[in-house]
Amino acid sequence: MRLLAEGLGSMRGGRSLFRDLSFALGPGEALVVSGANGSGKTTLLRTIAGLLPPDSGRISLAGWENPPGEAVHFVGHLDAQKGVLTVGENLAFYRGLSGGGGATVEAALQRMAIGGLAELPAAVLSAGQRRRAALARLLVSERPIWLLDEPASSLDTNGQALLARLMREHRGRDGIVIAATHLNLDLPGARAISLGDGH
Amino acid sequence: MSRALAAILKRDLKLALRAGGGAGIGVIFFLALVTIVPFAIGPDLPLLKRIGAAVLWIGALLASLLGLERIFASDHEDGSLDLLLLAPVPLALIAATKALAHWIATGLPLVVMTPVLGLMLGIEPPALAAVTITLLAGTPAVTLIGLIGGALAATLPRSGMLVAVLVLPLAIPLLIFGVAATDAAVTNEIPFGAPFRLLCAISLFFLVLGPVAAAAALRHARE
Repeated sequence: MRLLAEGLGSMRGGRSLFRDLSFALGPGEALVVSGANGSGKTTLLRTIAGLLPPDSGRISLAGWENPPGEAVHFVGHLDAQKGVLTVGENLAFYRGLSGGGGATVEAALQRMAIGGLAELPAAVLSAGQRRRAALARLLVSERPIWLLDEPASSLDTNGQALLARLMREHRGRDGIVIAATHLNLDLPGARAISLGDGH
Repeated sequence: MSRALAAILKRDLKLALRAGGGAGIGVIFFLALVTIVPFAIGPDLPLLKRIGAAVLWIGALLASLLGLERIFASDHEDGSLDLLLLAPVPLALIAATKALAHWIATGLPLVVMTPVLGLMLGIEPPALAAVTITLLAGTPAVTLIGLIGGALAATLPRSGMLVAVLVLPLAIPLLIFGVAATDAAVTNEIPFGAPFRLLCAISLFFLVLGPVAAAAALRHARE
């Protein structure tokens, strides 16, 4: 499948964030969106996810029959964890919500090296651990497009290396990764878009 | 699809029953309201009998609305609303499932408690049965009306009062027909079935309108 964006433009609060943004991503390709704070990185990701309608232009998925929501995994800057539920319960919920089909909850948490935290309430986790728990959502169901908003924030060096490995494996399975970040992500061969300077 | 909805139902019930989830608050509010009414009115048993059903209905109506302003706001704040919106299920069904979880955790306990609390107000057994049945038919509609308010207020902070103001006018017909059906069961002036069927009709109407309107409100709130 291919993700096509043609002439995308978005306004937030009467201000134009980006316009005439076009790109095409095929299997195994990656895109890094960079830019200053407030330049529209999150808005672009949310637009691609279908959470926000673009003010101009269009996004299409060539070679994808199902609803667009079933094509993407969205990991936003919020971790979407309920503090009173355990880490395992939170992840089991997202596994059920997205229809399952990926790794089991235990396997996904093991993979993120937080297998020992499954029985703990999410409220007691550190920011980095919560981030790992949020990234574990990527593993519990198979989705071809990963939309990651600052995925490496709060992650330690091991966590960043783990994230890089997950993204590499996903691209190896013909997946597409789109990450908005101001940190250096280890995404070899990724295309880059810089918002807020000329777009 | 049913798997995603089952996951939502299970999660929302767990959240309601855990500490700070609010499942017990409605019941305690209901109990408190019904308990203080006899103190305010005084030891006038015939008067209590006459207004008892109305007191139970008002108590259950207000108790059902507790927490509904947070039904989507808490998901919005922690980011999980985005993931609900992206789930491979129609948003109206997600909203309906969340309403079901809220009703099971908040509305159903009120219905179960009604016969016990009715005894405290000196209500006769036939009227007690009638008010319990009308609440069973009416409280889901209250939850579904509140669902619309909760969706409208999803992205607003401290919206409890706003939701009450939006929701209470819509709930008035339920109150009227619920209490009318209970009166009918006691006085036999009109058959119980007439107002009760109207109550059920209103309930079914909001069963359709509530989730669809809530889904539309959520979509707009995100833009």
